[in-house]
Amino acid sequence: MATTQSRTLAKIMLFPSVSLLLAWMIVPLCMTLYFSVLDYNLLMPGDNEFIGFLNYEFFLTDPAFIESFFNTLLLVGGVLFITICGGIGLAVLLDQAIWGRNYVRIMVLAPFFVMPTVSALVWKNMFMNPVNGLFAHFAEFIGVTPIDFFAELPLLSIIIIVSWQWLPFAALILLTAIQSLDREQLEAADLDGAGPWSKFVYIVLPHLSRAVTAVILIETIFLLSIFAEILVTTSGGPGYSSTNITYLIYTQSLLQFDVGGGSAGGIVAVVIANIVAIFLMRLIGKNLEG
Amino acid sequence: MLKKLSLIIASALSINAAAQAETITIATVNNGDMITMKSLSSEFEKQHPDIDLKWVTLEENILRQRVTTDVATSGGQYDVMTIGTYEVPIWGKQGWLTELNGLGDDYDIDDLLPAIRSGLSVNDKLYAAPFYGESSMVMYRTDLMEKAGLEMPKAPTWSFIKKAAAAMTDKDAGVYGICLRGKAGWGENIALLTSMSNSFGARWFDENWKPQFDSKAWKDTLEYYVDVMERYGPPGASANGFNENLALFQTGKCGMWIDATVAGGFVTNEKDSEVADKVGFALAPDNGLGKRGNWLWAWTLAIPSSSKKTDAAMKFISWATSKGYSNLVADKKGWANVPPGTRTSLYENDAYLEAAPFAQITLDSINSADPKNPTVEPVPYVGIQFVAIPEFQGIGTAVGQQFSAALTGRMTVDQALQSSQRLVERAMRKARYPK
Amino acid sequence: MAIKDTKKSKLIYTLAAWSVSGMIFFPILWTIITSFKTESEAISASPSLFMFDWTLENYAEVLSRSPYFDHFMNSVVISLGASLLGLLIAIPAAWSMAFVQTKRTKNLLMWMLSTKMLPPVGVLIPIYLLFRDFGLLDTRIGLVIVMTLINLPIMVWMLYTYFREIPNEILEAARMDGAGIKQEIFQVLLPIALPGIASTLLLNVILAWNEAFWTLILTAANAAPLTAFIASYSSPEGLFYAKLSAASVMAVVPILILGWFSQKQLVRGLSFGAVK
Repeated sequence: MATTQSRTLAKIMLFPSVSLLLAWMIVPLCMTLYFSVLDYNLLMPGDNEFIGFLNYEFFLTDPAFIESFFNTLLLVGGVLFITICGGIGLAVLLDQAIWGRNYVRIMVLAPFFVMPTVSALVWKNMFMNPVNGLFAHFAEFIGVTPIDFFAELPLLSIIIIVSWQWLPFAALILLTAIQSLDREQLEAADLDGAGPWSKFVYIVLPHLSRAVTAVILIETIFLLSIFAEILVTTSGGPGYSSTNITYLIYTQSLLQFDVGGGSAGGIVAVVIANIVAIFLMRLIGKNLEG
Repeated sequence: MLKKLSLIIASALSINAAAQAETITIATVNNGDMITMKSLSSEFEKQHPDIDLKWVTLEENILRQRVTTDVATSGGQYDVMTIGTYEVPIWGKQGWLTELNGLGDDYDIDDLLPAIRSGLSVNDKLYAAPFYGESSMVMYRTDLMEKAGLEMPKAPTWSFIKKAAAAMTDKDAGVYGICLRGKAGWGENIALLTSMSNSFGARWFDENWKPQFDSKAWKDTLEYYVDVMERYGPPGASANGFNENLALFQTGKCGMWIDATVAGGFVTNEKDSEVADKVGFALAPDNGLGKRGNWLWAWTLAIPSSSKKTDAAMKFISWATSKGYSNLVADKKGWANVPPGTRTSLYENDAYLEAAPFAQITLDSINSADPKNPTVEPVPYVGIQFVAIPEFQGIGTAVGQQFSAALTGRMTVDQALQSSQRLVERAMRKARYPK
Repeated sequence: MAIKDTKKSKLIYTLAAWSVSGMIFFPILWTIITSFKTESEAISASPSLFMFDWTLENYAEVLSRSPYFDHFMNSVVISLGASLLGLLIAIPAAWSMAFVQTKRTKNLLMWMLSTKMLPPVGVLIPIYLLFRDFGLLDTRIGLVIVMTLINLPIMVWMLYTYFREIPNEILEAARMDGAGIKQEIFQVLLPIALPGIASTLLLNVILAWNEAFWTLILTAANAAPLTAFIASYSSPEGLFYAKLSAASVMAVVPILILGWFSQKQLVRGLSFGAVK
């Protein structure tokens, strides 16, 4: 069905988006590469001399670098785990016949609509604050010492906040997938005497694999550059325990307007992100096609 | 004849053009005084119908990011910027600010408090006009001190503070002897700890720009801080900045609070504070080494040199930092809400002194602060609670993180000092100090 | 499922669903409630759910302090503009990738998605300099461009997976009836794909509405959307929880309302090729 005419037309149709994205990617990328080999600090206009790989060396030998690298992986992995497990559970639940389905749905979807800065502030001040927060009040109510979330469990606190934001997204996609499940297959399994658990594991889960793949892919893209939540709550600390690569770039370079250093960090982040992407594609890429 | 006519028409048109409104964009911080200024700005517009004001109000850190990026790249988005005593020396030196030499005859520039004026001038040229000034002081609960049988001297020592904190703490009743900043940031815990360290005899760098975190003075400072906070401070202190501590003090949970003088107005405000009538004030503590632990900060209005509307901007700045403005605020909102810490005349005004019980301590604190000689031993930098170099934002915050970790117990004091020493050394090496 | 649709199971599931969704929604509910409290009430040691003096003072304060409607209009123009512009570019791209499969299609898609991986903090200064030079700083157009480009990969991908589900037979039938390419797209494809297009549009409006990095960096007074409005309440001096709640409610409610009316669309359209 792909005639030569439609092939050419197809190329023409593709042209705007591809060229725009190319420009969007190439131009800043080139500028960033260029700046990364300069000694360029916005606050100290000088000759911006060429210093080769010094910026990279500085960024990579930072004692915080290894820790932020692992924090980034933990952050992404943790949120993915919670949102996918929670999402599947929610999707199954929402698929059932219930009263007031519209209301339930909008309540589940709501966190996705809230701005990340607002979510972080609400969680920080109203819930996790060890003196005035609701969790603290609850702990006192049941007679335990309240947990100081951002001091004792900084990374976990951020994971909780971000998972809350992304859970609706995962639940939504997985709900759609469940709703497309072929009921006949399930009924056939019923006749074969399968219990609800084995039906879930052998029929529902495999069907969801494509949707899960989609969720993983999209969430990973966004989760690698989590920034606002960290800025507003822990500022990467205590120490470096809740700093991820994006935040490290910010504190190392942008905070002091070291454009050279920040650019080097940005390039490193791109390389890491692409490695993660290739890895992901190897792992689950087959699920996308077919 | 035709030529004359066209000349007349041309001049008439240009008069019209001049009468059109000029818009200036003002970037400010979202604190109470600036918000008041914004709400009163209609007065300015009435007096100057040819100037329109547009406002950008942001939280401090975001504002600093944007304004700095703009001024350094000559983005030209702002005509008036709100910057602090940290930026002015650095930017003034770079030539990024327009000298304020057109503030008007009745501005009375000698009325500005000397410490603040010197912090805003480079080579005796004024580059920013102070809108509000602050130092730091001790705020304490008069009732709790009485209960503990202690009397707070006007100029306490750090060892007295420790004693008082111990006496006032009653953790079961939810009362903590002392509340101090713990949130990491160069303008948060580092502002407090650096000023504290000055009074312990410490400094950030010696004359050769070598970091001094391996000195005994710094060790004393940090050990005192961690010890006092652990034993007499509230839980979750490592996330507490100014706002959180204010909330704690206002709800009666703190026996003492050492922080910005501007808090005086908040804690004695009956509408928001449960302990409004039980607050006393004292100077920031010292150790008898000659420097007290109080800082100096002012929010100021400046004009980036990339702005093309210098005249209009200067008119606005002159209005907003004038004596007339203080009277305007007093009229509309009462004397206690007049922006403090900029002019001597304010502190000679009886009505103000009566409405603000913290006024005298504020004035004394500001006058005793000397940004050009902040420490016991000589230093190559200016700044009391900060070091006025561009790298400070980054290294200040990073060190703040280490100190915050020491507060939560994740690291020992020694570890925090060691890692601070290392990271500052690294950063200074990269920035190629000494220059 | 094996459990029959009895009233009993419906009740159990309803209770379960309402409790879970209630817990998820609770932080937002709490924010809404706090926005009606006074500042001292908002931080009180014994917080209450309903028993307090309800007040509108926070809303009054927020409205008098900031030009809410200017920010609101900016958010609307930027989000809608970016999403519509994005659709204009993405639909042709998705069409050609879906219906004219080549070996490189999959790689192209992956490359598009990878452009999103460059962390914004790294390119902050280059983009700022570019915008300054082109006079795009603090303009709605500038932001529309950035928002479009940021989300273009996602839009292309969503549309691509949706288009791929449309059976070729329908298009072939149209072609046999003598329809040209233009008619094929406008009269046959688009009507069928409307749900997918609608949900792509919606998702992008939401993503652009909440984007809090570029919208803060590249705007000043004129083009600042609601994200900047919120940023002026994030941590001022003094108590602010109640005011922040009021501001947050005002920033979030429009998009919540949009979500309420379009939830069916969202659910239907976000299939990502999982529909058989």
